[in-house]
Amino acid sequence: MIEIVSAARCIDCDKCVDVCPTNVFDAVPGKHPVIARQSDCQTCFLCEAYCPVDALFVAPLAGPAEPDSPYRDEAALAAAGHLGDYRTWIGWGHGRTPGSLRDRNPELPELVAAHLPGVSVQ
Amino acid sequence: MTTPADGRLDADVLVLGGGPAGTWAAIAAAEAGAQVVLADKGYCGTSGAAAAGGNNLWYVPPEGSARLESIERREVEGGYLTDRRWMECVLDLTWRQVDRLARWGYPYPTDATGQVRRSSLQGPEYLRLMRRQVKRAGVRILDQSPALDLVRDVDGVVSGARGVHRQRGNEAWTVRAGAVVLATGGCAFLSGALGCNPDTGDGHLMAAELGAELSGMEFSSSYGMAPAFGAQTKGRMYQFARYYHGDGTPLDVPPGFAGRHAVPRAMLSEPVFARLDLAPPQLHESLRWAQPNFFLPYDKAGIDVFRDLFEVRMVLEGTVRGTGGLALSGDGCETTVPGLYAAGDVATRELITGGRSGGGSHNGAWAISSGTIAGATAARFARRLRSSVTAAGRHGLLPGSTPAADVIRAVQDEVLPLERNLFRTGPGLRDSLARLDELWTDAVPSLDVGANPQRAREAVAMVAHARWMYRAAEARTESRAMHRRDDHPDTVPGWAHRLRTGGLDEVWVQAEGTAAGTELAVEELAS
Ligand SMILES: Cc1cc2nc3c(=O)[nH]c(=O)nc-3n(C[C@H](O)[C@H](O)[C@H](O)COP(=O)(O)OP(=O)(O)OC[C@H]3O[C@@H](n4cnc5c(N)ncnc54)[C@H](O)[C@@H]3O)c2cc1C
Ligand code: SF4
Ligand code: SF4
Repeated sequence: MIEIVSAARCIDCDKCVDVCPTNVFDAVPGKHPVIARQSDCQTCFLCEAYCPVDALFVAPLAGPAEPDSPYRDEAALAAAGHLGDYRTWIGWGHGRTPGSLRDRNPELPELVAAHLPGVSVQ
Repeated sequence: MTTPADGRLDADVLVLGGGPAGTWAAIAAAEAGAQVVLADKGYCGTSGAAAAGGNNLWYVPPEGSARLESIERREVEGGYLTDRRWMECVLDLTWRQVDRLARWGYPYPTDATGQVRRSSLQGPEYLRLMRRQVKRAGVRILDQSPALDLVRDVDGVVSGARGVHRQRGNEAWTVRAGAVVLATGGCAFLSGALGCNPDTGDGHLMAAELGAELSGMEFSSSYGMAPAFGAQTKGRMYQFARYYHGDGTPLDVPPGFAGRHAVPRAMLSEPVFARLDLAPPQLHESLRWAQPNFFLPYDKAGIDVFRDLFEVRMVLEGTVRGTGGLALSGDGCETTVPGLYAAGDVATRELITGGRSGGGSHNGAWAISSGTIAGATAARFARRLRSSVTAAGRHGLLPGSTPAADVIRAVQDEVLPLERNLFRTGPGLRDSLARLDELWTDAVPSLDVGANPQRAREAVAMVAHARWMYRAAEARTESRAMHRRDDHPDTVPGWAHRLRTGGLDEVWVQAEGTAAGTELAVEELAS
């Protein structure tokens, strides 16, 4: 679930408010958006993909993280480069290569057949 | 289109849902000359199963015998419930529309031999592009605007819908339209399965309130494997998995997809752990780029799936990766209600994939093709707007006292557990149905709409969905494709036909004859 809106990074563009498919955030005029309905978060990581300044962190959990969880330690996560992870993966943002250009799904059956003879794959 | 002062909109075609099916439908309708409004509960571009999950497509070249072989394989796997005309049509249409995605700029990968490969679409990229094309086609998009019910004219023809803008204090909207395309996805019962929480079966409910029929609702027991700590049901990588007991000794189940049935069965009695032992080390990097959203949660949790054992669980995907949905009454994706069309997961996918969508690909191809067909036929049908329209919604729209959350939890108790929905038995289904029927008669009429009208309708939709599912599952006294009856484990040849179901106060089930007819006309749909 969504755990962090980084006050240090957020530029109040409200993109996360617009794009969240389950309406988890509330916009606050002149301020950073707030996580208003965390329990509605479906852990899809898409807000991470859309935030232009990597201000968001979505923990991989289906429920909220414990208060002392590393998933709530913004400083450590930021230092390790984990804010906005998904945006990096899919290659969005200035100077990045779209991840889809590296998509190996279509070749998977051939690749695996070559390495694992006799195993049927999808 | 015109925007009257009272916040109402008029359009030729209204599309409900902005996933693949809805976006392809909106584009097709606009290309056919219609003025189109598209309303999504979430955000057109991120909402729905495909945006979050990504789609490998049933994408088979026309040359040689590949298509015929693929069709024949699926006829067997789908339990002989498919319709070859539809399969040929969908293969053809998907092939052409994927070509258009390339022209629109989807960044497809190139393989080692220099060939561009087009069978896989990564979700965020795909739906961001679809949103752009929808806008380019002149379609008006209403984001964060769940539809609540349909409206109809004096002849009973569907003539629009009503809903709320959930980021504007649930301000009401009404769109009057000459035809409506439902593309609201399947129903995963708010299980948290990747990207599926917006998909609560709302479209099925809206259609059923006007008497629409459904088909294949017994094929609704799709579960995806996910990390135990999360719910991300990206399944393809588990083909490389071996499974273990908690103490690290191997479980006596076949590895990879062959363990599809044995692994959930083992989960009934103990926690099950996995590791991708079968993945060749030379491929580890390629696999990561194949399925980034499979690896992302494990990476975040600090788990190396090739080296560490990790606990897994099954999460319900219901009719999202099941195959049941609204029955189609014609080649134009017409539902059984005039003026109402269905595309994507809200419609039955038995026509092309029978009772199992496993192995992926078919549902995504169906969304593209049925969306294209539904949009084009709805545009052709769209009639002059009638001034007098009445709302068709009957349930969960008035103030009451029962919290929607209570009803949702009660439905989930019946449909989420493996021992109820995956491993079905007659007594188990009847036991659940008794409670679900009671929810319908006692809780639904007193639902509290309160501050969240969307949630109340979702609760109603889920109760209705569960009742259709289990009624059909109870009627099919055999096991076929994904539908497993532990008390009827064999596939019975006499059962190789589809089942229709429907009704809200009284749920009914009846057999349907296999559809037959002429070749579908694809030519005019994809240019
Ligand atoms: C994890 C996962 C992986 C998958 N992988 C594959 C694959 O590899 N290949 C494949 O072919 N298929 C795959 N599928 C299935 C595929 O994603 C779906 O078949 C496809 O998304 C269906 O498209 P759709 O537009 O019908 O529904 P969705 O994409 O689910 O979109 C439905 C839309 O309707 C909106 N909506 C819902 N209710 C309302 C309402 N009341 N008012 C307005 N809007 C509403 C939702 O917000 C959403 O935007 C996968 C599914 C999952 C869950
Ligand atoms: S998208 Fe990022 S920068 Fe924009 S408001 Fe949300 S957190 Fe702040
Ligand atoms: S992870 Fe998905 S559901 Fe959760 S806040 Fe982000 S966009 Fe919304």
